[in-house]
Amino acid sequence: MQTIEEIKSAIEAAIPGAGVEIVTNPSPSGQHSLRLAPECAFAVATFLRDDAELKLDFLSNVTGVDWPDKEISEKVKVTRAVTKTVDGVEQSVEETVEETRKRTEPGYLEAVYHLYSVGKKHGPVILKMRTVNRTDQVELPSLTPVWRSAEFQEREVFDLYGIVYTGHPDLRRLLMWKEFKDHPMRRDYVEPDDFEYEPTAHDEVLKRAQAQKSRDQRSEIRDQGSTTA
Amino acid sequence: MSLAETKIEKRQDVRPQGWNRPDLIAESGDGELLEVAMGPHHPSTHGVFRMDVALDGERVVRLRPVFGYLHRNHEKIAEGQSYLASMPFTDRLDYVCPITNNWAYALAVEKLTGQEVPERAEYLRVILGELTRFQNHASTIGFLIQEMGASGTPLMYAFREREKILDLFEELTGARMMVNYMRFGGCRVDATPGWLDRTRKVVAGFSGFVDEFEQLLRSNEILMARCQGVGVLKAELAVNAGVSGPMLRASGVNYDIRKVDGYGIYNRFKFRVPLGDHGDVYDRFMIRLLEMRESITILNQALKDVPGGPVMDPKARLRGFRPKPGEAYGRIEAPKGELGFYLISDGGPNPYRYRVRPPSLINLTVLEDMCLGHDIADVVLIFGSVDIVLGEVDR
Repeated sequence: MQTIEEIKSAIEAAIPGAGVEIVTNPSPSGQHSLRLAPECAFAVATFLRDDAELKLDFLSNVTGVDWPDKEISEKVKVTRAVTKTVDGVEQSVEETVEETRKRTEPGYLEAVYHLYSVGKKHGPVILKMRTVNRTDQVELPSLTPVWRSAEFQEREVFDLYGIVYTGHPDLRRLLMWKEFKDHPMRRDYVEPDDFEYEPTAHDEVLKRAQAQKSRDQRSEIRDQGSTTA
Repeated sequence: MSLAETKIEKRQDVRPQGWNRPDLIAESGDGELLEVAMGPHHPSTHGVFRMDVALDGERVVRLRPVFGYLHRNHEKIAEGQSYLASMPFTDRLDYVCPITNNWAYALAVEKLTGQEVPERAEYLRVILGELTRFQNHASTIGFLIQEMGASGTPLMYAFREREKILDLFEELTGARMMVNYMRFGGCRVDATPGWLDRTRKVVAGFSGFVDEFEQLLRSNEILMARCQGVGVLKAELAVNAGVSGPMLRASGVNYDIRKVDGYGIYNRFKFRVPLGDHGDVYDRFMIRLLEMRESITILNQALKDVPGGPVMDPKARLRGFRPKPGEAYGRIEAPKGELGFYLISDGGPNPYRYRVRPPSLINLTVLEDMCLGHDIADVVLIFGSVDIVLGEVDR
């Protein structure tokens, strides 16, 4: 079994500009992974399957991971001019203030593939791919044409996470029913409110009905961009 | 009034548009396809599973499996509770083999934290794991034969042995099926010397049972006629489609995770990996029979020298269990195939991501490929030879 660095250089030698990055895993399992650029993922996958040294012919596990928008607040030291009155005279003084700044790191959906080799009996080699965001650019290339075992598992990821696999032969929901909206495995998923139907909703029930309605609309907007199946 | 005079009005065509796809209609038949929804309440589907089958006469020209009737989003529930709280829930995945589900989950968490397992616990895991495999294969064969029409006898023979094993499970863990036995870094309770003696006694009776079972079935003419050459799965497709377990080995691919990964202490035991040549239903049936024999070999070796000592690593933490950030994928050779757990920790008490790699679901990927061109009656057999449990397929 080659090390992850050797695999990376083998990919880069075979496919120039593949854009492979090593993602280190701090856990004792030591299972590091390779992050692929979605544009080259198909070519890289085909290479990994057909390469005589690696021969990763067995795709064991396909799954998705949701990384929502992260709000990071950090303390920054800022120096700025402040007008102060010193001894009755107005002066401009430089002062350093500690300020808390908030920024949001955009979220993304990640697809994870665990590969093994049946012939060479080694593995796992872990591939990861990221979508651009979690809302309207959620396409990733499907690896089902390379490994059939991704067929149902990618459908499951599409169903539960909402990653749209381009090039998948039969991309439908796998576990949820076809009329279902939204993707239940996302971190921000809210279960539909099963408030009782009231012909004239009022007070508490009206509020819950409105909240549910706006959630439905949001997921509809989100689905419009992504639903192709 | 004679029958000929009875006027039958032409029924209105209520079939959905585009059902009559010419590319699916075989050249022989009368050009009509019959769509049958086998399931979700079909006795041969082992639970709530549906196959939308398109038939030309009796020949299958299309088969679409439909999942999700038993879906409860196991993964989401597990992400909302602590690591340990998911352990009893894993029993409910493949409820025929709860021990191996426990084991796979414990193995994945042990990989994530670098936790070690005491020697005695490893032996107990192997003993219980092989007992599980034995009873799973026996009842799978029993069900397969029952679906062929031999109602009762082989299944009851299998269940008689299964009952002995479940009694042992009950004595050790307190439950026949929902055992909740393993912990991260060992096992929940220790086995008494009396339990080990009784296990040895039960295992001593196994080879006689397998002989009897094999004699009863192996050269049965009906079984051979129905199973041989039916549902052939080629080795290349099996590997490419991620098929694992006895199904993969029946297609002649030498891949047993007990040998490849040598997880636990499997590399200390001598056992063979049976392989099929044809990849048909008969091979899948025989592979299970032969694997039962290998399980007996492993059990005899493991029961010979169970070491003393604790069954839990004293350094293992049960309360306040927070693995360091990272991820791990742990897999074992479960009776159904490769059962894997993929965990991501963000340092919190709950797993950030908890994924089950269900062998039953992935083995069904090739169901259509195996069934095409066969009669509808064979679909039941081919499906039975895959060996699935819906608790694991739908999760």
